[in-house]
Formats: sequence, structure tokens, C-alpha cells
Amino acid sequence: MAPEEIADLLKKQFSDKIAGFTFETAHPRIEVRADAWPEVAKFLRNDSRLQLNFLRCITAVDMLEDEQFVVEYDLFSARMSAKSGSPWTITNEVAIAVKVPRNSATIPTVAHVWRAADWHEREAYDLMGINFTGHPDSVTDHDGTHPRRILCPDDWVGHALQKDYKFPMEYHGIPAVTEHEQTRPIH
Amino acid sequence: MSWIENRFEEGMIITSLDWAINWGRTCSIWPMTFGLACCAIEMMAIGASRFDVDRFGAGAFRASPRQADLMIVAGTVTYKMASRVKRLYNQMPEPKYVMAMGACTIGGGPYFKNGYHVVKGVDLVVPVDIYVPGCPPRPEALIEGLMRLQDKIRHQTVARDRWNSVKDAAFSPATGAN
Repeated sequence: MAPEEIADLLKKQFSDKIAGFTFETAHPRIEVRADAWPEVAKFLRNDSRLQLNFLRCITAVDMLEDEQFVVEYDLFSARMSAKSGSPWTITNEVAIAVKVPRNSATIPTVAHVWRAADWHEREAYDLMGINFTGHPDSVTDHDGTHPRRILCPDDWVGHALQKDYKFPMEYHGIPAVTEHEQTRPIH
Repeated sequence: MSWIENRFEEGMIITSLDWAINWGRTCSIWPMTFGLACCAIEMMAIGASRFDVDRFGAGAFRASPRQADLMIVAGTVTYKMASRVKRLYNQMPEPKYVMAMGACTIGGGPYFKNGYHVVKGVDLVVPVDIYVPGCPPRPEALIEGLMRLQDKIRHQTVARDRWNSVKDAAFSPATGAN
């Protein structure tokens, strides 16, 4: 099924919850509103025509000028191949984009739809600061309730891949160096 | 020396205690298996037959810091890893030596300015005896570093080691960083 047909199907099913389409690029994607995303995700996985049962990756993009984050979910449907030799055939393939404002970046989790989303969402929180509500591996601390960090230490301040991120100049007594300043002693 | 000549039996060895101890330490530097990143591949290469660091008595890579004399910090040290490096160093028995292998451990390397999470030199965390530059260093360079460490050990003395007192003051577990 081509991405255009998938978009038509979604438009028929969810009408105004689908915010837009981009098909001209090498990476065709359908834009979904953040609050409707888990519902749409369940449909994408369970519908017999789509069966998008494999979440390949989650990409978070910081659009600093537009004051928003874009989170893209790359999906495809992997089925057991009838002919021997290649174990899988990929029938449907599409990307879903969810846009959220930068100052309140909150998206409902889809970790219960695709288990692969669990770690990907933790990474998106750790490095980009996007809060996935209802995540199965959540913690509550001075930043509120959010997915547990996956790469940086738990007491890390800030989210390193945001475009306006300020580098730490000191971590647990270890001095640091950046382009602009230096706390490391010069020998 | 004429008064002492011919007074002892054949096979008797006379040496200084320093020399004997240093000889023992020099020829059995057991490194710790401590590969953090890509430099570890070169560190594994010196243990294999082509470079064969066993010739220098340093081929027994120990999996425990408590059995090791030398910590070859092979690879990028992150802030998250720094506390573990420090703890492993503190678990090693004296005498202990640290070799900073590669650009990352010497001063942050390619992450010097634009790495938010990289320690800008492992000497900010533990005292370093030998620096081996390279990205990564060739196994020959690592063996050269090992031989320079052997030179350093040969000049130690049991009487008073000024380097140790300086090292202990700067990096004691009570007062040192983290």
C-alpha cells in the first residue's frame, strides 16, 4: 500500500485528527495531532489492511526557529514471506510526524502499542527533553514525571541535543572545556 | 673493591633491595582489562601474538582491579564513567600505575570543545603516570609507553617516594574530586 493510500485511509477514519501530509520528499510522512496519536497508533498496528507492526525508529527534530519539536515515527509492516529465501516481506511503509510546541513538549506514549518505543522514547526524553506521558518506565523528580533517562546520568541537567543547550562547566567536581569558556586548569 | 673480592662462594648474588624490588615490579606489570572505546582494540592487539606484550611480563590482563598493577585507560572517559574510573583506581592495590592511552584520555581529543559529556583528560579524575598519544596509538606506541613505565619503576626507591606523597595529597579518596 502506497503512503498516499494509507493517508486516505487515515483521513477517512480520523478526519480532523490528521493534520497534514508530505509526499514529495524521499521520506513521505503523515502528520498526526499529538493528543490523538495513541489512538491512531493502535489503528495503524491493528488494522488488517495496514498491519504496521514494526517501529523502526523515533526521530526527534528541534525546530528552534518555529518554536516546536517534530517527532517522527518510522513504521513498516513485516510479514513472514511465503517464498523461501527471504524471511520477511515489507508491504506497507510510512512515517508519522507529531509536532509539539517547544515550551510544552508533551506527547502520549505509544510504548504499549510498539514495545520498541520504550527505549526510543527514553532516548528522546534524555537528549531532546520531550516528555512522553504514561510511559511505562517513568520517574518523578524535580523535573516532574518523565521517562527515565537512558544515556546520560540520572542527575544530568538539561537535554543535550536541544539547539539552545548550555554545556555543563562542572560535573561532580570535574571541570570542563567548551568553545567559549574553560574551567579546566591550564598546566 | 679489592678487600671484598673472592670472599663469597660462587652463585651468591649481591644487590640492593631497591634494585630487587624494582626488578620484580618492572617485569610483572599486570594490566587491568579496561577498554572503554576504540583504543581497546589496539590494547587487545598488544596482547596477541604479533606484538606479544607477554615478553615484558605485562600480558596477564586481570579482570579485577584488585589483582592489577596498571590501569590502561583505553578510550573516551565520559562524566558518567568518571566515577567508575575513580572507584576502580581506588580498588587497585599499591603500587599502582595509570596509563592514559589515546587522545581522548589525554585531553578530551576530538571532544575537547564540542563534547558535552567527555572528561577533558583522565588526569582530572585519577593521577596519570604515562601518556601515550595517538588516535588510537599503534600497538608499538603502547609497548613504548609500557617500556617508559618500566623505566619509571626502575627509578623508584623504597626509602622515600616524593611522587607518591604528591599523588596521595592530590587524589586521596577523602579530599579528591568526586
